[in-house]
Amino acid sequence: MSRTGDEHGPLVDLGTERPQVPAQARNMSPIVPRASISGRALVAVVAIMTFLASITTGTVLLVSASAAEWQSEVASEITMQVRPQAGRDLERDVTAAAEAMRTQPGIVQVKPFTKDESARLLEPWLGSGLSIEQLPVPRVIVARVQPGTTLDLAALRARVTQVAPSASVDDHRAWIERMRSMTGATVFAGIGILVLVIAATIISVSFATRGAMAANRPIVEVLHFVGAGDRYIANHFLRHFLRLGLEGGVIGGGAAMLGFGFSESIAAWFSGTPVGDQFAALLGTFSLPPSGYLALAVQAVAIAAITAWASRRTLFATLDDID
Amino acid sequence: MVRFENVGLRYGLGPEILRDLSFMIPAHSFQFLTGPSGAGKTSLLRLLFLSLRPTRGLVNLFGQDVSLLGKDQVANLRQRIGIVLQDFRLLDHMTTYENVALPFRVMGREESSYRREVIDLLRWVGLGERMDALPPILSGGEKQRAAIARAVISRPQLLLADEPTGSVDPTLGRRLLRLFIELNRLGTAVIIATHDITLMDQYEARRMVLHQGRLHIYE
Repeated sequence: MSRTGDEHGPLVDLGTERPQVPAQARNMSPIVPRASISGRALVAVVAIMTFLASITTGTVLLVSASAAEWQSEVASEITMQVRPQAGRDLERDVTAAAEAMRTQPGIVQVKPFTKDESARLLEPWLGSGLSIEQLPVPRVIVARVQPGTTLDLAALRARVTQVAPSASVDDHRAWIERMRSMTGATVFAGIGILVLVIAATIISVSFATRGAMAANRPIVEVLHFVGAGDRYIANHFLRHFLRLGLEGGVIGGGAAMLGFGFSESIAAWFSGTPVGDQFAALLGTFSLPPSGYLALAVQAVAIAAITAWASRRTLFATLDDID
Repeated sequence: MVRFENVGLRYGLGPEILRDLSFMIPAHSFQFLTGPSGAGKTSLLRLLFLSLRPTRGLVNLFGQDVSLLGKDQVANLRQRIGIVLQDFRLLDHMTTYENVALPFRVMGREESSYRREVIDLLRWVGLGERMDALPPILSGGEKQRAAIARAVISRPQLLLADEPTGSVDPTLGRRLLRLFIELNRLGTAVIIATHDITLMDQYEARRMVLHQGRLHIYE
């Protein structure tokens, strides 16, 4: 044995025994073994959590979109009732009130309901063949408001009651407020579920990381023996856990996206049934807009990042224990 | 290179298993560490490798007081020390080649820069045909040789070996001793903990004898 050659020189000299050194680089195994039972368990946990989070987010997005649609439809319409009053001609009051509404800025269409139309509206409750003159039934006038304009409701009320004292104007504000609070409650509940899912993900990932680290403790010890610092070891494990997190995120998020993708077709099969109609009334057509799918993809990546972050936290704590 | 002053070690609240150790390991030196079973040889090696901290006394390694070192500094110092443990500690998911090359990989070196060196050393220790084998299918002696190759491949400044010839036949034991001697000749300080009197008789070197927690040195 002798020292020859480069700066370090070979430690051992094989003389004529020297083998042919292959020119190509060898495929090196990863520092942290890829397949392990704890790794597969972590992928399953992250996939389930991502699926639940995606379903929650998707449903909240659908409900909010439907509620916004109802609200804009309802808010673009006002209704006036003209009640019969002793000593006043109802027909004249209706005409005068409709005229007063037409001249109000912001109103684009006014439709007074005729006697026959009013009778048809009451038909489900009072039956057909009704003689409306015999009943003190108020008459309805529906007006459409130009989208984007703020109607001066007080001025409209003043002008209408001047010509028809028994008229009352309803802009559906109370109903819209109830809708808004219901939508807010749904979104709030959705965010609450998301927070719980993310908290459960962090806890599960921390335990899974601890388990995986315990299983890989001999590797950590050997890496310490050959002079690897905590940062080197943590980076290798972090890459491993980020990959597992992304794998779980893609599986869970992908399954949820497929579910939303097919939900429109599934809803179509159930249309006409009472359950199908109720869901359609609540969630509209079940179609998630492209921005919704983007939100689900971002969420899947965020859960993978949370997985890596929770792993990193646990990793350094475990490395302190092992040293 | 290494200086111990009045070093004592106890595990938990138990009795002191190493007492008042004061000695120096000069650079380029070669010594055998011996003593009966349970005398504390492995504990002393662990103190030298910084995987244990003394309960009292001063340990100075490469000119640095180890009690003042942070974790990163300890990792850097360990890159200058090679260690061969009795239980080998090879990584089962890596081939023999990859296990031996691990210190270079941790240092961040390119595979092409150390390939020849690793292959030469594996041939030298008789593992040329087992380069791509995984440790679970290696024999005890092969594992030991792979562990020794891993410890010496990066030419550490200090080599610690715990019973390095315990699982090999006498011929191979002599060959491994030659490897340690050659490493020492190239500048590495070597400490070999062993029970093997025959091995110690093959090379004239300083003997450090641990007995009942105390160290006696025979130059």
